[in-house]
Amino acid sequence: MAPVSTRSSSIPKLAGAFGFNAAIERLAWMVGSLLVFGIFWQVLADLLQNRYLPTPIAVFEIMGREAANGELWKHTSATLWRVAVAFVVSMFIGTAIGMTLGRYKTADRFFDAWLILFLNLPALVTITLCYIWFGLTDAAAITAVALNKIPNVAVNMREGTRSLSKDLSEMATMYKFGRWKTLRHVTIPQLAPFFAAAARSGLSLVWKIVLVVEAFGRSNGVGYRLSIAFQEFDVGTILAYALAFIFIVQLIEFAVLQPLQARVNAWRR
Amino acid sequence: MAPLNGTNVGSTIRVAVKRKIFPPVGDREAQLVLQDVAFEVAPRSFLVVTGPSGCGKSTLLNIIAGLDKDYEGTIDLGSAKDSVTFIFQTPRLLPWRTVYENIALVIPDGDPRHAGIPAMLDRVGLTEAMNAYPERLSLGMQRRAALARGFILEPEILLMDEPFVSLDDPTATSLRELLMELWNRQPTTVIFVTHDRTEAIQLGTRILRLAPGKASVAQDAAVNLTEAQRRDRAAVLAEQNRIFAAT
Repeated sequence: MAPVSTRSSSIPKLAGAFGFNAAIERLAWMVGSLLVFGIFWQVLADLLQNRYLPTPIAVFEIMGREAANGELWKHTSATLWRVAVAFVVSMFIGTAIGMTLGRYKTADRFFDAWLILFLNLPALVTITLCYIWFGLTDAAAITAVALNKIPNVAVNMREGTRSLSKDLSEMATMYKFGRWKTLRHVTIPQLAPFFAAAARSGLSLVWKIVLVVEAFGRSNGVGYRLSIAFQEFDVGTILAYALAFIFIVQLIEFAVLQPLQARVNAWRR
Repeated sequence: MAPLNGTNVGSTIRVAVKRKIFPPVGDREAQLVLQDVAFEVAPRSFLVVTGPSGCGKSTLLNIIAGLDKDYEGTIDLGSAKDSVTFIFQTPRLLPWRTVYENIALVIPDGDPRHAGIPAMLDRVGLTEAMNAYPERLSLGMQRRAALARGFILEPEILLMDEPFVSLDDPTATSLRELLMELWNRQPTTVIFVTHDRTEAIQLGTRILRLAPGKASVAQDAAVNLTEAQRRDRAAVLAEQNRIFAAT
């Protein structure tokens, strides 16, 4: 490798250092603000002494109990599995639809109305219809979640495809990039930010809908467990499961999605 | 594979555009851009197409390149038609690939021309910046990278559309000198579009001037300058006055 100038080599390093410090600072703010929230909650619960508002300490005790008897893991893993399948399916199909609509004007004109229809279809409607039409199965549950998310991904990816640079595609034509090289080096890097944005907003949407789907017609998963707790007015269990799942989703966000987004944007000034 | 430069004499380019019209857009009427523009370009000549902005120079170049197929007429690039490279008005580098990757990407996998990249980077003065992303470089350096990307392919025909526009004077001068150096080393057939008359005289072996409004060739003149004279401002200016005296 030839020597690299101080200019080009020092910039990524500096950016890395800034990124690390910024992450620590953001984490400190988050922990601090959550701590304040926890204290507020504890004080309020102590003051009210109401069985429908357990203290955070009581909630963590329930979480520990559920974790110890294996229930917590059983339900969260079932939910995570459904989230993962629904997420992958909707990203894949949504991207394919979005790229097609972004590229072919006639298809876009025709299907635009469909997209608007599906974008505004309430989750509750797709869920009930899927269960009625396809039975109370996992396939129906995942289809319902995917149907809610696909239009969202499609709209994002359509926007990305529309904004593809004509200059760069001419360059690729002149320099005989061919199909595969153009896709890998010209098209995908331009779509990556749109894909990353769709993925981040997608994860939060998908897991919320998965819980509803589970409450309606599955016999395991966090959503199912919450619906049982609701029948018993067991607020402690509701909060324990909710917190556990928020924690897991945030972990995925921090450990997977955010670094991914940072990576696809590494070349930016 | 097309023969590399230096191993053949190349073929003559024959351009005959009868008519090129921009279709009406919104409330703007259809516009005649080019009419009866016909000329030949001898192998290894450096043809500069000049004229005021809006006279159809870039359109003509896009037609020759095959990027614009909506015209009446014929373009015959002969045996060189598969060995055409375009250096654009903006560098058009892939911002998410490094300088080195941008150059390497235009060469097919396993092609011996990959071995020439380090020498090419050295020639254009980008060895130190080869691992930088284009947006972190100055416009002048990006243009050097675009030149390197064009020349690394050793094309038989090189099309250039104002590749030195919007640069400050010293940077533009040094890039023109670099282009002359690269072209002397690899004398390929060049069609170079510019509105800058001095640049036209300094680089070209032949000048083709398009007239505004008439959308056709107004002047076709040979440039009589030696290699040394091209670096001499006074000589360039004298030749410029001689060729453009009529206008």
